[in-house]
Amino acid sequence: MSQQEEKKIRIVLAKPGLDGHDRGAKVLAAAFRDAGFEVIYTGLRQTPDMIVEAALQEDADVIALSILSGAHMTQFRRVLEKMKESGLDDVLLTGGGIIPDEDIETLMEMGTGRLFGPGSTTQEPIDYIRDWVRENRHDG
Amino acid sequence: MENLDQTLLERFREGDRRSLSRLLTRIENRDPSVPEILDTLYPRTGDAWRLGVTGPPGAGKSTLVNRLVGSYRKKELPVGVIAFDPTSPFTGGALLGDRVRMETVSQDPGVFIRSMATRGHLGGLSVGVDEACDLMDAFGKERIIIETVGVGQSELEVANSADTTIVVLVPQSGDAIQAMKAGLMEIADLYILNKCDRDGADHAFRELVSTVSLKAPEDGWRPPVLRTVAEKGEGLDEVLKAIQEHRQHIIDSGSLEERRHARIAAKTKRFVEDGIRKKLWNEDRNTRRVKGLASASSPYELGEQLIDDFYEEIRHERR
Repeated sequence: MSQQEEKKIRIVLAKPGLDGHDRGAKVLAAAFRDAGFEVIYTGLRQTPDMIVEAALQEDADVIALSILSGAHMTQFRRVLEKMKESGLDDVLLTGGGIIPDEDIETLMEMGTGRLFGPGSTTQEPIDYIRDWVRENRHDG
Repeated sequence: MENLDQTLLERFREGDRRSLSRLLTRIENRDPSVPEILDTLYPRTGDAWRLGVTGPPGAGKSTLVNRLVGSYRKKELPVGVIAFDPTSPFTGGALLGDRVRMETVSQDPGVFIRSMATRGHLGGLSVGVDEACDLMDAFGKERIIIETVGVGQSELEVANSADTTIVVLVPQSGDAIQAMKAGLMEIADLYILNKCDRDGADHAFRELVSTVSLKAPEDGWRPPVLRTVAEKGEGLDEVLKAIQEHRQHIIDSGSLEERRHARIAAKTKRFVEDGIRKKLWNEDRNTRRVKGLASASSPYELGEQLIDDFYEEIRHERR
């Protein structure tokens, strides 16, 4: 093989739960792409199993969830559990949506990365993900 | 080989899907460990049937692939899918959305779907596609489906990587039928006219059949034209049957052997060229390439000097 390619940041962007509003997720997908990430968009109504399976097959560095339905506590917890089960302990789980500050705190204590509530810009998660990957990237 | 690689390979051989995933990433990143890893796994390859699916955007390639995977899974064949989307030449980013349409099969443990970005490579695929197929082959996948990006007229390369190449069109693909004259025509082993429940399907079908009939059969194979509504699964049985017939045909005619030899030859050539290129453009020669023009009268003269140096260096090493 010729010179090694620069390692791209691969991110699974998912919209778990039952609400059908994916505008936010699509805006994020475009922003991540424009930041130079490879964004694997999985579509609406994803179960935690589907999300984690996608991350495994795609060798994602990051899973990002967009949740507007209010079910963030359950969804993030179940995705975290599933990630542990599947051995994806070196993958970052982040996300955003309509999540109150105190819930963000609780979720981060449970093991998620930073979460982005209402009013966040798209640049914040991009910078955060870049920094995280630089410091934590798995090898191989 | 490093210990890490050994462990990874061991897990791969045990059927660990995450190891497959990791190794696919190495291929994408053109990691230096790849040739040795593939060399180790090479004896395990050769069993998979490789299907290429190409066609214009919106033709329903992913939906069709989803259906094909479902049909193969009913026969309990392990399936691998590699789906391509384009990398933006401006940002280097990519939006990979083919999984959305493969949802019904993506949870099946016998199915492994990998989305890949073209990463600057033209032709509807990326440079590592053959190696990625080899890896899935070595993992035990018996059917591997390669789905190209849908950008129009430049995705002919898949025919080099696939045993059977499927060109998917829709009744509105007038332009694509034009394009076929410039290439798609040469690569298709079978044509699918998808979304045949739409207006104009009969007309488009007749037109396609007549365009295809203009071409003389190659190796005694005349590509069939089939109608489907992939969304509803209509016409799928005929597609599967045609794939099977094509497969039998190229096995019997010896054309499979030829195709595979050509593929191995191309892979060998790439490997050799990559190796030489790496050796050729060492730091010293690269510096002289940039700075040397001042003393040389032309790029050609400088080029000759660099080639001479390179040969000299190799002769010296051999002694």
